[in-house]
Amino acid sequence: MSALDVVTAVLVLGGSTLALTAAIGVVRFPDTLTRMHAATKPQVLGLLLVLAGAAIRLRGNADVGMLILAGLFTLITAPVVANRVGQLAYREQNIRDDLLTRDEMLEFAEEREPGTNGQD
Amino acid sequence: MIIVWIIAAVMLTTAAAVTMFRLLAGPSTLDRLVALDTLVAVTMCAIGTWAAFSLDTTVTYGLTALALISFVGSVSVARFRVPDTDKRRAARRLR
Repeated sequence: MSALDVVTAVLVLGGSTLALTAAIGVVRFPDTLTRMHAATKPQVLGLLLVLAGAAIRLRGNADVGMLILAGLFTLITAPVVANRVGQLAYREQNIRDDLLTRDEMLEFAEEREPGTNGQD
Repeated sequence: MIIVWIIAAVMLTTAAAVTMFRLLAGPSTLDRLVALDTLVAVTMCAIGTWAAFSLDTTVTYGLTALALISFVGSVSVARFRVPDTDKRRAARRLR
C-alpha cells in the first residue's frame, strides 16, 4: 500500500462521507431551500473528492480525462439547477419565513415597486 | 485497502437509501427534484468509486454522460412541471 493509495483512500472516504452528509441533510432539513443547499454544495464537493481519488488511482490512463470532464460538467451545471430550484421555490412560497434571517428578493421587489410583496 | 472500499460502499448505499425516502415522501415536486439530483450525484460517486476499485475505465464515459443527462433532466423538470402551490402556505405568507 503506497502513499498514493493512502491518498486515494482518504479522498474516496471523504467523498463518501460528504455524500452521506448531503443525503441526511436532504432528508432532515425543514424546507426546500435548505434541502437544495444540502443537495448542491456538500454533494458537489464529495463528488469532486471521489473523482480526484479515482483519477489518482487510475493515473496514466487515457480515460482520466473523462473523470475531469465529469467533474467540470458538475461544477458548471450544479449552480444552474440550484438557481432554478431556489427561484421556483421562492416564487411558490415553498419556504419557511421563520427560518429566513433576511429576504433580499422581497426587499428588492419593494424597492422596485412599493406596495407589492414579491409576487410576479 | 479492501476495508476502504467496503466502508465507502456501505456509506454510499446508505446515502442512496436515505435519499430515496425524500424522493418518495417529498411534499412538493421541487423536493423530489432535489432528491433525484442528490440520488444521481450519489450514483456518480458510486461509479467513480467502482472505477477506482476495479481499475476499470469503461464506466468513466457513463459518468460524463450521467453528469450531462442529469442537468438536462433537472432543468427540464424545473421548466415544464406543473406548479403545485400549497394554498394554505401561500395564504399564510401573504398575511
